[in-house]
Amino acid sequence: MGQHVLLIEDEPNIAEAIGFILSRDGWQVTHLSTGTGAAATAQRITPDLIILDHMLPDLSGLEVLAALRGDPSTAATPVLMLTARGQSRDREAAARAGADSFMAKPFANAEILAEVRALAGRAPVARG
Amino acid sequence: MPMTALTGTRLRERRLAAGLRQADLAERAAISPSYLNLIEHNRRNVTPEVLARLAAALGIEPQALAEASAGALLDDLRSAAAALPAAEAEVARAEDFAGRFPGWAALTAALHGRSVALERAVAALNDRLSHDPHLSAALHELLSALAGVRATAAILAETPDLAADWRDRFHRNLYQDSERLAEGAEALVAYLDRSEAAADEGVTAPQDEVELWLAARGWHLPEVEGGDPAALGPELEALASGAARVLARAHVTQAAEDAAALPQPAFAQALAEDGPDPARLAARFGCGLLAAMRRIALLPGAKAGLVTCDASGTLLFRKPADGFALPRFGAACPLWPLYAALGRPGAPVEALVAPPGPDGQVFRCLAFAETRLPLGFAGPELRLAAMLILPDPAPRGTRAVLPVGPTCRICPRGGCPARREPSILGEAAA
Repeated sequence: MGQHVLLIEDEPNIAEAIGFILSRDGWQVTHLSTGTGAAATAQRITPDLIILDHMLPDLSGLEVLAALRGDPSTAATPVLMLTARGQSRDREAAARAGADSFMAKPFANAEILAEVRALAGRAPVARG
Repeated sequence: MPMTALTGTRLRERRLAAGLRQADLAERAAISPSYLNLIEHNRRNVTPEVLARLAAALGIEPQALAEASAGALLDDLRSAAAALPAAEAEVARAEDFAGRFPGWAALTAALHGRSVALERAVAALNDRLSHDPHLSAALHELLSALAGVRATAAILAETPDLAADWRDRFHRNLYQDSERLAEGAEALVAYLDRSEAAADEGVTAPQDEVELWLAARGWHLPEVEGGDPAALGPELEALASGAARVLARAHVTQAAEDAAALPQPAFAQALAEDGPDPARLAARFGCGLLAAMRRIALLPGAKAGLVTCDASGTLLFRKPADGFALPRFGAACPLWPLYAALGRPGAPVEALVAPPGPDGQVFRCLAFAETRLPLGFAGPELRLAAMLILPDPAPRGTRAVLPVGPTCRICPRGGCPARREPSILGEAAA
């Protein structure tokens, strides 16, 4: 089984597209559409990487990130934050809260794939 | 009736002078408010028939809207030259230019007016982008839909071997997101249109915004009297511009200090006993005279108007009194006792004044100025002057009454020795 990504994103079409791209690249993807319980899920499945939306319907991505960083089992898991707010102060807030990388919507599929691979320390694999 | 490049500008000034909203005037002239808005910004020509209807609705001659005021035009040209000094316009020959090429001169002035308006709109929109939660949410919605479109379209374009069920699914997603994008864009345009209309009603200047807020509250803040100015927080945050929030917070802080120095109900009691004499009230409560003036004007239901200005004469605060018009733009009438007090800090100035108007209403104005040295002896001296405008019901009789106006530009008084620019209303006979 490939490496495991936890995708926390409330927009179903974006989640489906990201899930498709990553699955084709050999990743196992678990998708959540709310922030509540996301940290608990992460602690249970210990993913190799977490993709986290900045603006979730129930919690802010930064709150979820704080919960992830506060638990030893997910404190070091790479987190890529997605946001529709590309302003520099949001990037800074995400970096301060412990995000490893930050990507503004709308993103290019190739970019998100490259970022995920880089964060997980993995070389590209052949499609198939 | 020939329409000049500044007809819209004059129309707008006349409308504001008459205290009419765009919607009101448009209705009276049987045109749409958006058309009137375009006319006022010199962006649409107006037919002689419509111009006549607008003039009739304002109770003036159409000629007054069509004819440029030479003095105002020259001022506009000089202001345009000052805004772009690199162009090295021959300022000394402005009159010659306006005389020989009136059309070009009017166009230059109109373009300058428009660039000032646009700069202001840019600043307001910039401010709104960073502070308006509605706009922020609308943009978030658009970007989210766009992200879905981009990711899905890329998959469809870049995956030649896509299975049919996935392809159908992504086509459906693409359709949904494009619908969302269209609706979101439509909603955003509608919102921005409304904002522009609001800006055209004159709500853009931060001082206007704060004064509209205070006027809607009856100029009185019970939260401050109750010792809980923090309760006003949400209302202050709801003001549209950041600059208005700064001004409003400063006003609340000042009002809280005044309320502590001149607490209720003792102040109202003293006011009833001594009358509206800020010096006596200040002495009685051991506070500054300006604080007493503010309290007199800002008690609940107070009829008194109040204006304050700094050493430049710029009006910092304007609470109107019924029948005493205050200018919305630029400096006020130089004959106001406010300015006499500004020139003589510490000396009380009292005068009966009459604003222009058919009913000859008289007001008793009490003005006083204080100086401050916030940076010590070596620093600059700052001045703050205030003028209470008290309605005076006593008949004029033989008392000396000083004729004053709001500001030269919209004052019809003829033969005024203090006039600094021609009035757009045309001078009435002295």
